[in-house]
Amino acid sequence: MVKFNRFTLSNGLRVIVHEDNTTPMAVLNILYDVGSRDEDPERTGFAHLFEHLMFGGSVNVPNYDEPLQRVGGENNAFTSNDITNYYITLPAANLETAFWLESDRMLSLAFSEKSLEVQRNVVIEEFKQRYLNQPYGDVWLRLRPMVYKDHSYRWDTIGKNIEHIAEASIEDVKAFFKKHYNPQNAIMVVGGNIKTEDVKVLAEKWFEPIPAGERYNRNLIQEPEQHEERRDSVTAKVPLNDIYIALQMPGRRSGEFHAVELLGDILSRGKSSRLYKALVKEQQFFSEIHAYLTGSLDKGMFVIEGKPLTGIAVEDAEAAIWQEIEKLKAQEVPAEELDKVKNKMESTMVFSEMSLLDKAMNLAYFELLSDAEQLNHETGRFLAVTAAQIKEQANKLFRKDNSSTLIYYAETAE
Amino acid sequence: MTTLNRSIAPDFKAIENINLIKPQHTVLPNGCNLFCFNSGDQELVRIEWIFGNVRFDSTKPLLNMAVNTMLTDGTNTLTAAEIADKIDFYGAFFSTEYGFDHSQVTLHSLNKHLKEVLPIVKDVLSDSVFPANELETYVRNQQQKLQVNLQKNDVVARRAFNKAVYGDTLYGMAVEPEEYNALRRDDLVTHFKQMYQPSNCTLIVAGKIDDATLQQLTSVFGSDWQNATNVTVTTQPEVAAATEKFYFIEKPDALQSAIRIGMPFIKRDHPDFPAMQVLNTVLGGYFGSRLMTNIREEKGYTYGIGSGISSLKHGAAFFIATEVGADVCRDAVSEIEKEVNLLKSDLIPQEEISLVQNYMLGSLLGSLENVFSHADKFKNVYFSGVGYEYYDRYAETVKNITAGKLQELAKQYLNFEDFYKVIVGKY
Repeated sequence: MVKFNRFTLSNGLRVIVHEDNTTPMAVLNILYDVGSRDEDPERTGFAHLFEHLMFGGSVNVPNYDEPLQRVGGENNAFTSNDITNYYITLPAANLETAFWLESDRMLSLAFSEKSLEVQRNVVIEEFKQRYLNQPYGDVWLRLRPMVYKDHSYRWDTIGKNIEHIAEASIEDVKAFFKKHYNPQNAIMVVGGNIKTEDVKVLAEKWFEPIPAGERYNRNLIQEPEQHEERRDSVTAKVPLNDIYIALQMPGRRSGEFHAVELLGDILSRGKSSRLYKALVKEQQFFSEIHAYLTGSLDKGMFVIEGKPLTGIAVEDAEAAIWQEIEKLKAQEVPAEELDKVKNKMESTMVFSEMSLLDKAMNLAYFELLSDAEQLNHETGRFLAVTAAQIKEQANKLFRKDNSSTLIYYAETAE
Repeated sequence: MTTLNRSIAPDFKAIENINLIKPQHTVLPNGCNLFCFNSGDQELVRIEWIFGNVRFDSTKPLLNMAVNTMLTDGTNTLTAAEIADKIDFYGAFFSTEYGFDHSQVTLHSLNKHLKEVLPIVKDVLSDSVFPANELETYVRNQQQKLQVNLQKNDVVARRAFNKAVYGDTLYGMAVEPEEYNALRRDDLVTHFKQMYQPSNCTLIVAGKIDDATLQQLTSVFGSDWQNATNVTVTTQPEVAAATEKFYFIEKPDALQSAIRIGMPFIKRDHPDFPAMQVLNTVLGGYFGSRLMTNIREEKGYTYGIGSGISSLKHGAAFFIATEVGADVCRDAVSEIEKEVNLLKSDLIPQEEISLVQNYMLGSLLGSLENVFSHADKFKNVYFSGVGYEYYDRYAETVKNITAGKLQELAKQYLNFEDFYKVIVGKY
């Protein structure tokens, strides 16, 4: 149970306060409701590049990191297809420094050409390090356009290609800021050894003077249902063959989401899961196999990924995966197995309350979904899922004509 | 009402007190050392069983790792599948972790399920059998994983660096996939019996430790669990660094090169260690460090660069690591050299020192997130053979460090020409 208080400033900024006096620290987390799905198809990778620029100085504070480090604080941020999230942890006694820094960059950036130039290079190196210079690193660049034909999830957060990043201009940066970085487009969570009334005073002092800005009305083209099997393969300098099967699945706000997540756990969570037991241990088709889901706000991806053992034909390994998931379509999951994944989910939720930052991020994310209070009902949602619902979801998802299969073939040495 | 001046930073307070929770120590009847960190906020515990690694045998280099990883693969009474089913059914998390000095198993569990889960752990620690079919699976899967890892330049660089700096020891071990084929079940069983016994175990519990929990632990792991007849040999061969200091492993298609540079170093128990951590932080130990500022934020050569000191039981190393654009690799190396030399030639400005001081103290405070982190702080000092006074010394050193002292240390310890240099990619 994560308790919190809340208020909204006159400019529309939502503020959630979680008091936790077991720590000497405080955390300030700001979620901006913008991700790579909001990008122009000709300027992909921009939301993430922009996140880097948020550290390049703001209108009144030329250096973001230095003053924060000086008061014993640390920060970081991440961008996904859906959101951009920034967080600071610092000694609670120095909380005001976080308000000062975060409010100034919400007010306006410095828009420095030098910062843009350097961060373009840094992000290009990130592109190389994580996506191009790693075995299988480009999988999302290949798989997303197979799963999504119309929705802007068809490109990865890093962008479609390096050129899009290299071409970003300072005008693009300014326009993006104006469109998305507004108080009414943000959710702030302050947590730790702090008092709600003090947070209110600080929020009114530092954030309330920021103009509300224009409201961004998201109007994305939604991905139509898939009705044909999609396949692709690539021969690459990778040591092993690798199979990726992606299936379209309901979005995070859908009532069906929790059943699908448990379906993923049944298939792949831990060594007692079905895919591991059947295909790694018993039938020995794979050295490793995983199933996971993207948890996207719009239609998401349910992904099954496995590396077949040397000597196993890719077609046989792929057939073995389908054989295993067909069982979930034909038969309800036994009660004990369902209890098992629910118990695991329940303890995961309890353990996540050990981390102040996790609690703050979760509150912000659930507020974005609908209402922060729903975080405290999440375990209940999982516990309410029935075996019949899981079977129903298995039948909806696990269809060949809802699948996109990408195979990596290891280039054989001459 | 006065207008807000946003260009002036708010006042802040320096960090004064850092309060560490110290454990309750008990020696159990079988000789196992039990340390308890009790904090009753949530109905959960983390329990770690930590064992000293058996002396390294270069003819059988993989035993410590293989035995640890295969602990969950079956006992005389439970198959691997049954162990996994039971642990997962009770919502617990059970993992093995192989380290350079110690290997451990860790259990995260809600208190309400401990009485079901602890006997499984006991069974694993006292009665593992390493079934032949599981060993085959292990070997096959590890070989495939290693093949993938060997395609990653940073992994290859780390292996080459460790081998150069630590020599033929557990720390320097860099096995090839085919070496897994030499694993024999009999060797695993013998190794297991020697290593996984109470006299070689440190048991660390953090979370809600009520009387029932303590009693369960004491009876299952204090009385029912018995020592073997032979004592575990945990002495290790001498660490000896190689004479060759430059290693270039060419990858013609690389878009980026991995760089790892450094040398054998002083350990945590050395009087200069805390001050060297300050110097390391200035150079590459935080986001605002000189290496990050120069090589990422000014030049844009990399997504990240950092330096660190890894202090182990029988040796230590200082290292700088990064992955940079293949075309700028030489430039990056010479910029690293420049930054190292600058620490020796020029005094660090007071402004920068005070920033690093505050950052380091804040980071120490911030690392104490919950009761688990207090247990982690304990492990750092306990296994380094120093006491809690280390943290007082650390905090005092950070608060009182001077530019002169840092320059002196840089001159004494950081000589770029003595550094081992590993480049994987293009150079």
